[in-house]
Amino acid sequence: MVEHFYPEKDYGTPARLSEKLITLNIDGIEVTVPEGTSVMHAAARADINIPKLCATDSMEAFGSCRLCTVEIEGRRGYPASCTTPVEQGMVVRSQSQALAKLRRNVMELYISDHPLDCLTCPSNGDCELQDMAGAVGLREVRYGFDGENHLDSVKDESNPYFTFDPSKCIVCSRCVRACGEVQGTFALTIEGRGFDSKVSTGKDTNFVDSACVSCGACVQACPTSTLMEKSVIDNGQPEHSVITTCAYCGVGCSFKAEMKGDQVIRMTPWKGGSANHGHSCVKGRFAFGYATHKDRLTKPMIRQSIDEPWTEVSWEEAINFAARRLREVQDKHGRKSVGGITSSRCTNEETYLVQKLVRAALGNNNTDTCARVCHSPTGYGLKMTLGESAGTQDFDSVMQADCIMVIGANPTDAHPVFGSMMRKRLREGASLIVADPRHIDLLETPHAGEGIHLPIRPGTNVALINALAHVVVTEGLEDEAFVAERCDPDDYLIWRAFVAEQRNSPELMADVIGVPAETIRRAARQYATAGNGAIYYGLGVTEHSQGSTMVMGIANLAMATGNIGRPGVGVNPLRGQNNVQGSCDMGSFPHELPGYQPVNDAGVRGQFEVAWGVSLEAEPGLRIPHMFDAAIAGQFKAMYVQGEDIAQSDPNTQHVEAALRSLELLIVQDIFLNETAKFAHVILPGSTFLEKNGTFTNAERRINRVRKVMPPLAGKEDWEITMALANALGYPMRYRHPSEIMDEIASVAPSFANVSYDKLDELGSIQWPCNDEHPEGMPVMHTDSFPIGRGRMVVTEFIPTTEQVSETYPLLLTTGRILSQYNVGAQTRRTDNNVWHSEDVLEIHPHDAQLRDIADGQPVTIASRTGSTVLKARLSKRMQPGVVYTTFHFPHSGANVITTDNSDWATNCPEYKVTAVQVSGSDAHALSDWQQKFYAFTREQLDFHEAGSKQDSD
Amino acid sequence: MTLRVYVPYETTALSLGAEQVATLIRREAERRGVDIEIIRNGSRGLFWLEPLVEVETDEGRYGFGPVELDDVASLFDAGFERGAVEHPLALGLTEQIPYLKNQQRVTFARIGITDPVSLDDYRSLDGFKGLDKAVSLSAQALVDCVKESGLRGRGGAAFPTGIKWQTVLDAQAPQKYIVCNADEGDSGTFADRMVMESDPYMLIEGMIISGLAVGATQGYIYLREEYPLAHELLNKAIERAYAAGYLGDNIAGSGRRFELEVRLGAGAYICGEETSLLESLEGKRGMVRAKPPLPAINGLFGQPTVVNNVLTFAAIPSILGEGAEFYANYGYERSKGTLPFQLAGNLKQGGLVELAFGQRLRDLIYEFGGGTRSGRPVRAVQVGGPLGAYLSPEQFDVLLDYESFSKIGAVLGHGGVVVFDETVNMAEQARFSMEFCVEESCGKCTPCRIGSVRGVEVIDKIIAGDNRAANIALLEDLCDTMIQGSLCAMGGMTPFPVKSALQYFPEDFNS
Repeated sequence: MVEHFYPEKDYGTPARLSEKLITLNIDGIEVTVPEGTSVMHAAARADINIPKLCATDSMEAFGSCRLCTVEIEGRRGYPASCTTPVEQGMVVRSQSQALAKLRRNVMELYISDHPLDCLTCPSNGDCELQDMAGAVGLREVRYGFDGENHLDSVKDESNPYFTFDPSKCIVCSRCVRACGEVQGTFALTIEGRGFDSKVSTGKDTNFVDSACVSCGACVQACPTSTLMEKSVIDNGQPEHSVITTCAYCGVGCSFKAEMKGDQVIRMTPWKGGSANHGHSCVKGRFAFGYATHKDRLTKPMIRQSIDEPWTEVSWEEAINFAARRLREVQDKHGRKSVGGITSSRCTNEETYLVQKLVRAALGNNNTDTCARVCHSPTGYGLKMTLGESAGTQDFDSVMQADCIMVIGANPTDAHPVFGSMMRKRLREGASLIVADPRHIDLLETPHAGEGIHLPIRPGTNVALINALAHVVVTEGLEDEAFVAERCDPDDYLIWRAFVAEQRNSPELMADVIGVPAETIRRAARQYATAGNGAIYYGLGVTEHSQGSTMVMGIANLAMATGNIGRPGVGVNPLRGQNNVQGSCDMGSFPHELPGYQPVNDAGVRGQFEVAWGVSLEAEPGLRIPHMFDAAIAGQFKAMYVQGEDIAQSDPNTQHVEAALRSLELLIVQDIFLNETAKFAHVILPGSTFLEKNGTFTNAERRINRVRKVMPPLAGKEDWEITMALANALGYPMRYRHPSEIMDEIASVAPSFANVSYDKLDELGSIQWPCNDEHPEGMPVMHTDSFPIGRGRMVVTEFIPTTEQVSETYPLLLTTGRILSQYNVGAQTRRTDNNVWHSEDVLEIHPHDAQLRDIADGQPVTIASRTGSTVLKARLSKRMQPGVVYTTFHFPHSGANVITTDNSDWATNCPEYKVTAVQVSGSDAHALSDWQQKFYAFTREQLDFHEAGSKQDSD
Repeated sequence: MTLRVYVPYETTALSLGAEQVATLIRREAERRGVDIEIIRNGSRGLFWLEPLVEVETDEGRYGFGPVELDDVASLFDAGFERGAVEHPLALGLTEQIPYLKNQQRVTFARIGITDPVSLDDYRSLDGFKGLDKAVSLSAQALVDCVKESGLRGRGGAAFPTGIKWQTVLDAQAPQKYIVCNADEGDSGTFADRMVMESDPYMLIEGMIISGLAVGATQGYIYLREEYPLAHELLNKAIERAYAAGYLGDNIAGSGRRFELEVRLGAGAYICGEETSLLESLEGKRGMVRAKPPLPAINGLFGQPTVVNNVLTFAAIPSILGEGAEFYANYGYERSKGTLPFQLAGNLKQGGLVELAFGQRLRDLIYEFGGGTRSGRPVRAVQVGGPLGAYLSPEQFDVLLDYESFSKIGAVLGHGGVVVFDETVNMAEQARFSMEFCVEESCGKCTPCRIGSVRGVEVIDKIIAGDNRAANIALLEDLCDTMIQGSLCAMGGMTPFPVKSALQYFPEDFNS
């Protein structure tokens, strides 16, 4: 028989992966499924759809609703098909008169305690209870409706995005189980027992005040309208849908945009998405309202100077103005006085076009991307050691990890859907090591064993990785066979001798790192001997003066212990932005053409010159910080910034602002009047991910399709804008659809050789490399060899950062982000996510606060050698004494006013994670000098913008 | 010569004043200058005679009871130390009391004779005889022995114990568990409590043997929270068993390990259902788990687990000690061995009656129970706890074995027998059954959660005469739905008493 897996279909219970196949007979049809599959799932494979309510295939069978009962030959009674595993030769009947009666009678009980308001119910048309009542043929409720019931239960509308209406609840526990099994938060429970059983967020609390993280898994799981999106309550059921990819973090979740016309009614996680398997977080699931926020830029605008109001103009005028001014600047200051920044928020195709514009139309290599400030050390470090600038695994690999080591990352906040997957694996028994100055939530995973926390001093990563490696090589924990077969022997011996030196021992490094030697030894042993050891890391690794060194140190450790090249292991950067992997892949670096091909290699350049029909500059261009320096020095005069808010996100804000002010031309292509746009001369209104076609590449190298669900508010998709600008500059670009851009990318970047939109549609997604060798992509890399042949271990000498505490600046500031807000907050601040985080605060250990007489909630001045700002303090034992923490989601917080110009020695990735500061109590409404200037400038620029918009309406 | 007097230290006796009686006897002896040793034994299970005071003589132990405080002086006056004396409470030799003499006490052979926590007493009466044999046998031989004995689970489901153990023995796992279901909650039952209070080492020995048989090194006793005395005595016994080397790293010198601890229950009837019990033992809400997977394969903390009732484990030492055949020789057809019945309700002589399977219910009620305490005729008997069917007098000749009961739609369950006289209203009793389910349902499955509530409502309508015929039909339909559709026996058996009440006492529904 023919069987298919359709993501749209709910198979009732999860698929099983056993290689042993079982054949059974259901309603006369032979079905063959893996051992361990439920009768319900097996039946669904044969399109025999047994009624069900409590079963759904995102979670394990529960067996409570009793609708899915069947008859099995040789067995007594009516077993539930969801909880009954298939057996060889089993003969099942899914329909009989007895079953029909039983199901109808069970449904009758349900409906005896359910409102009869189907026609006015928000779930009308999308209700499993309704469907099942129809399926079992319920025609009357003999109990009447005057018995005991829950119809007067009070709604909880506290969550901004969904309501909880217990009067509609059938107590199937799908929400409770989703919160536990899928999300791993365990915020929900059933309170009371028997008929009093009710879904609860805990004692005396509502959804928004509970431990709920608003991931939406419960709403997704609810078969009735008990948990229902407010947008559906307000608008009714969507009428069509489109599968697309989330534009928030680097997990790259697939979503179904459920639409009414061109209005998104809701975003529901797509079960067919290989990154998220139907799960979501509060951002992707709910925080899409920014796309139609009143602040959206919808008209191109130009001005001569940033001290004057804007003028709204046509697209043609704006593009021509921008092109003319670019050429004027080049004429005046030289070909290399201009550059462009590609956006890691835009699609692969769009970033490809911007770097191509810079290289082919502007004739230099001054192109860079925000990876500069996040994962550029990953690109460098992994390329040097493993030979490829990308993480080695797919996300699913973590489900085979025995020991998960997380370094400088906070997955449950920053990569929540993958964080949930990690938690699932931890609940299954994998061990956990966390190296982070803060006690991150992953360490508090419910129903998991106790992890090892290495609360390192900020800036001592390399000391730690060397100490870990020291333990591995001196305690005989190496995988000698792997090293002999896969690693360069000379490099290995040099590295081994280095880490074995006594000065790298945990004992001698303990005081530097701030973690007891025995704890470091325990962690090293656990990672090396667990079986499958997997390392996941984030910006806590890269954003240091030795960021690249640390990345190489991680790769060294993984190779020495043989934890590379199979599922369950690997070196995995958790990418921050939706398409930061992609923007890097697309040649957004000043020294690399698409596919990480060096621009100073004449052969490579020659191929591109043929493809692009121009001669290309051989000398690598400027990196972002160098563009700023050159701007201040008067050598760099014009910038084209695609969807990146460098004025808020880059370090040492005052330095960035000075650079932007010194430009003669700043072209900003963005969806909002962001901080950078306030310094601009041309605004080209961009489009959100909902308004365009293209692809994003997530942290596991997975290329996912982005599909347009609504027309661009300003009329153009971002690739069309760049194309228009190129054409106006006299360099022809003639793409009719992003698929044609991808075809071009495939022709120039070898690791994308076999990628096409047709193939993406066919496979759903592709993990590069995708070429003749790996025609359907490659989930796990380096299985047989490295792209550079043998893996290269690199000596990683620990060199302390120059940013050290002093009497004046006795504390270390480190920065990061939280679950509900995203990066510079441009999107999430324009949604109800502000309910959870309406301002950035300074987390400080109570001991440090007490020393400074600082109370919880009190405004404090944070001063560094670079600048100062004022935030409210939050006393938190998550911090270690001596270390403070803040986020940078709100521009007026000025987190980056404090951060310094220090950066990674190899890639110039800023040292965001270590800034020596002093914290002191402040007055109630105090503002720093910078904040006062910021507010004044912002007010002025908003007036200028308003003036431009008014002109239009006049 | 020292006068040895036995005053039970057991919940029933204590609730009837045994503690004060013991104190008064000691004082009276002091006053009279009598050299006395008071031994706090367990109860013999002849509850209508509690507090049952015994004196030791050369011919044996003579019983007096029920002893109230006012009786103490007169016992001394009568010279009760001689045993065979004239006194209104004199019962003669305890073991000759017909109620006790006519029983077949195998599991309860030691009950009430000894100081429950005295290891010497236990050993002197064949204690650890089974374990001593077990340590020299292979795991498979132990399981085979239990299989041959024909022992079936005494908690109510009557599943063959040996087969369950075989499943656990065959399962490969890093850790296996032995869990004792001591959450005795059926109305009118107390046999588990008696074992734990009056012969705790027997349970401990049974669990150790079970551990040896299946390869488990950790045992838990999930004890009903409302059994404080059992808790105290079990813990004392476990402590002494550790000290004496019966528990720990080197049980009975065998070099093998078994650890045991008592966990207090969560105070819910449903936690006596084995999968709820496991959830509760894991620290979660007591919610029923769907089966499969069977606890024997995927039980406590996901590991292979033997879950047996107290009485099942309690039967093990004698099976090992005396041999499988000895045990299997008791009983009737597929119901081998003995069952400790617990007589309660409206009866003259409540208490524990251990009998081989296959005797008549009628004899249990009249020969042992002595008919109703009220003197009125018996109208109904509920066997097997609150989920057991009500039997009417014309069914009293049914044989006491699993299959005979099953044939008439009834269950033996845990052996509880509750007797009602003619004043009972069986419609009210049927309503009570549904109400009990409303109270105690875990709420997981629909037929039980909602069905029980509707059951009460429908019975109320029937009693009120509201559309009676249609509602009786609806009630029968509901009962079938609960039986066929419920996840566990709670909802699946609640209709048994309801249906039996409807069938055998229809007149009560037409008032």
